[in-house]
Parts: sequence; structure tokens; C-alpha cells
Amino acid sequence: MIPPGKSSLKRPPAVEALIKRHRLRPIELLPWAIAVAAYFLFPGYLALGAQIFIMVLFALSLDLILGYAGIITLGHAAFFGVGAYTAGILAVQGWHEPISGLIAAGVAAAVVGLVSGLVILRTHGLTLLMLTLAIVFMLHEAANKAGFITGGADGLQGIAIDPIFGAFRFDMFGRTAYWYALVVLFLGWAFVRLLVHSPFGRSLTGIRENVVRMHAIGTPVRRRLVTAYTISAGLAGVAGGLLAQTTEFVALNVISFELSGAVLIMLIFGGVGRLYGAFIGAPVYMIAEDELAKADPVYWLFWIGLILILLVMFARGGILGLIDQAMHLVRWRRK
Amino acid sequence: MTAVLETRGLNKSFGALQVAQNINFRLEAGARHALIGPNGAGKTTLVNLITGRLRPTGGKIFLSGEDITDLPPEARVKRGLGRTFQINQLFKGLSVLENVALAVAERDGVGGNMFGAARARRAVAEEAYALLERLRIADDALKPVRELPYGRQRLVEIAIALGLNPKVLLLDEPAAGVPSTESAIILEMIAGLPPDIAVLIIEHDMDLVFRFARRITVLVQGAVLVEGTPGEIAADTRVREVYLGERSHV
Repeated sequence: MIPPGKSSLKRPPAVEALIKRHRLRPIELLPWAIAVAAYFLFPGYLALGAQIFIMVLFALSLDLILGYAGIITLGHAAFFGVGAYTAGILAVQGWHEPISGLIAAGVAAAVVGLVSGLVILRTHGLTLLMLTLAIVFMLHEAANKAGFITGGADGLQGIAIDPIFGAFRFDMFGRTAYWYALVVLFLGWAFVRLLVHSPFGRSLTGIRENVVRMHAIGTPVRRRLVTAYTISAGLAGVAGGLLAQTTEFVALNVISFELSGAVLIMLIFGGVGRLYGAFIGAPVYMIAEDELAKADPVYWLFWIGLILILLVMFARGGILGLIDQAMHLVRWRRK
Repeated sequence: MTAVLETRGLNKSFGALQVAQNINFRLEAGARHALIGPNGAGKTTLVNLITGRLRPTGGKIFLSGEDITDLPPEARVKRGLGRTFQINQLFKGLSVLENVALAVAERDGVGGNMFGAARARRAVAEEAYALLERLRIADDALKPVRELPYGRQRLVEIAIALGLNPKVLLLDEPAAGVPSTESAIILEMIAGLPPDIAVLIIEHDMDLVFRFARRITVLVQGAVLVEGTPGEIAADTRVREVYLGERSHV
């Protein structure tokens, strides 16, 4: 063994590259710089900004299971919705403190993720896809039926949230909501980033790349998948809780197939399994939705559909994949 | 001699079809043992029974004297049973180094770690690299596996299994699909396997079998026909009839 003090001198570059891969690169701070700058540049869009952060967090949670672990789901909104209803109902029932409410939202969604994951992650492929769909349908109807507590189809109204730390009141311009959502997103990102670069995260990638081999090297595959699913569900629940707290309203469509599909499209727009796909895809989708719906309130989804077709047919890596290719081309030209 | 791996009266049937019949098989420590037999003889079935992908309908399997018959595949791996696959099972998008590092991390029990432990991570990376150096594939450490020629990929297939530091290594047709120009590097690697590992090789390539094995078991229709040294097997008339007789190269 080489003594630890001298090891860095002798360590081969390949080993160096592997253990330092998770070092922060300057470009990774770009989204945060943009988010802070946007606060000052577009003061009229703070509410949209907060919603974008929430969807980024939601899409990021999906990336963990879809992009890294390779679990295909059309039911991720189930967890977003459970989080939104948990935070909303707590506030309506008299628990107005936001941070604890948000934690409760995450925990409730994680529990649903754990229980459903234990059942459905025994399957894969089309069966799994159908089961994720079935769960979001069931929870949607349950929320609809339990109108006495969820408000049913009318939505959950009367949410009142205390100032954050007793100091920052949720204002009508959405300033507090903007920073609140941004800080929570930052924490969520830091957590997911740590996770995907950890041995646990790499083993998820291994499962995505070749599950047969992961079994053969002794990995408890199902336990890893259920753990990832639970964490992802918890994060989605936090995103849902944020939405309930910042908009002070929960609509029934937070638990829907449509929202599950939308978040999937956002992630595909940005790029799957790249950690930053959510940061590109969610804003692009939501700003496009905002602008397209202004121009054409009925048919805006047509254009989203068209963009999706072009991206999946010609740019499988999403927008980030296109950027990668462009950079590659530039570097190649320089040579 | 103690057996590292032993099967006693192993049976497996699918309905009326018996694919393994009363297989008694011993692998000694440091063995270089080959399992041969015509197509459909049950070689793959035996591998799947040993690794736990299939449950036997009768009989027992022992690893270092411990009954592992009822253990799931992962638990057998943890106890020192490594294998390679006839068709590559690699993490194609990952680098060669990381392919091996995944196995090393699982063996060290740190594969599920979420936070911190930079020291453990470094130890894993260094051990994986040292293994690549020993196998002389360290030059490709950072290349994605899918960019390697098939013969080199075959080496990674074995390297992953060695990353588990197994007591018993099952090589399922290690030279399968490798063009003859590259098969020498496979042979070289197999010849250089650590002497303390018990190796069972399942192979069609008779050159490889007779060069590598010190003992050979011939499997026919799910049962052991004969076991012996390469010389005994080559001279056995029954073997010639059912198996070698079909081929001209022995």
C-alpha cells in the first residue's frame, strides 16, 4: 500500500478521474446565477418563476429514477399530488408552519413511494408502466372521492401559510415564494447531485445499464430500486408541497396522468439522466406553454407535441444532448 | 483435498424433461476444471443451478462446505461465487474502470453508500485500477466499454468477475464470439488467473479446454458421463463417440 500522504503523486490519472468526477464545475453554478438574475430582471414573472422551480424539482426527482435507475413511469404525479395534498390539508386543518408542512409532504409521498415501490418494482417493462398508471388513477379518484377533506373537483381552498421562520411573509408579488422555492430546489439539487455521484447512485446507473450483471456481482437490485423510488417520491412530494404552499391552492389535477406525462416531457426536452435536463426542460416547457398559450390558448399543446416529436426523433439526448453535439463539433472543427 | 464447490445428487426437471440428473461434482481449491458436452447437454443449466438462477428439484449445493442450495444468487456471490457470461453482460456506457469498480464496491459492501466515505471510494477506484493493470487493460481504463473491440470487451467481462475476488470462478465460454486473431489474449488472461481461485470453464473450443484444464467433466443429456484428466478424456471411447467423434480437431 502507498502511504496516504504520497498517494496523490502516484495515483494514475484514470483513478483520479473516477474519484474526482463529482467535483463541482463552474458551469454548474450557471442555473443559480440565472435564477438570481431573473429575480431582478423579470419582477413581473416571479409567480411563474416559483412554479418553474417547483417543476424543475419535480422533473429532477423523476430523473433520479428514470434517468439514473431506468425505471419508466407514467405515474410520478401521484407523489407530487400526495405531497401537495399533505401540505395543503395540514394548512387547512390548522398547521400553518411552512417548513414542517413541507417536510410532512415529503415524508407522506415517500411512504406512498415505499409501499407502492415494494409492490410494483417486482415487475418491469410494460407491466411496470401500467402499474404506475394504475396507481396515479387510483389516487386521483381517491382524492376526488374524499372531497370532504381534499375539496374534490373544486380543489382545496383556504390554505393559509405562516411567514417562513416567522419573518418572511408570503406576499402578493410572489417574492417570498420565489426565494422559498429556489432555496428548496437548491437543497434538492445538492442532495440529488450527491446521490447520483455516490456509490449508490452509480449502482443505479449499473442497474439501468445491465441489470443481469448487477445481480451477478451480488447487488441487492430490488432494494436499491425501492430505495431510489422512495427518495424520488419524497422529492416529488416536496415539490408538490411547495406548489400547495406557494399558490395556496391544490387542484385535483396535481394527481393526474396529464401531469405525469408533462413532467416526463419536460425531462425529455432537457435530457434524461444528466442531472441538468430538468433545469433546461422544465423552464423551456413552462415558458413555451406560457407564451404559446398567450398566442393560442386552445392549441398550444400542438406545438409542444411538435417540439417533442422533433426532439425524440432527431435529438435523443434532448436539448442538453444537442448542446453536447454542438460543443463536440466546435472542438472537432478547431482541430 | 477440500472441495470449494460441490454438488450432491443435483436434479432439475422441467415437467417430464430432466435437464440435470443426479449430478455429483466437486471443484477443489485452485482447480482448473473444464465442463464440456454436446449442445443441450445441460452445461448452462448446471451453471444456472450453481449460481442460483435456477432452483434444483433435488440435491444440494455446497460452497466451502456451506449449504447454499436455498440461498438467492446475490448471497452466493457474497460468499465468493463469481461468474462470467457466454454473451457479454457489461455496463456498455460506462468506462472500463467503472465496470470493474462497480463489482469491487459491491464486494466491499460499499455499493449502497450514499454519502461521504471518500476514502472507501478511493480504495475501490485504486483496487479496480490495480486489477486492470494486472490484466494489462489499464490503457483502456477511461474508455467506454462499447468503444472496445469485442475481444477486449471479453477481457472486461472476466475483469468484472475478478473484481469480486471470488473463491470460485465460473467462466461461461470465455472465448465465444472472439475472432481467432484476438483469442490469444483471452487464453493469456485465463492462463494468468490467480492460482488460488478455483476455475470452472464451460467451453466449446477444445484447444482452449485441453490447454487450460487439469480435469475435465463430460456432461451428456443432463448427466455426468465421465470425469478425468485431459489425457483420460481424450482416450475415452465413449467421449469420442458422443462428443469428440463429431469433431475432427482432437
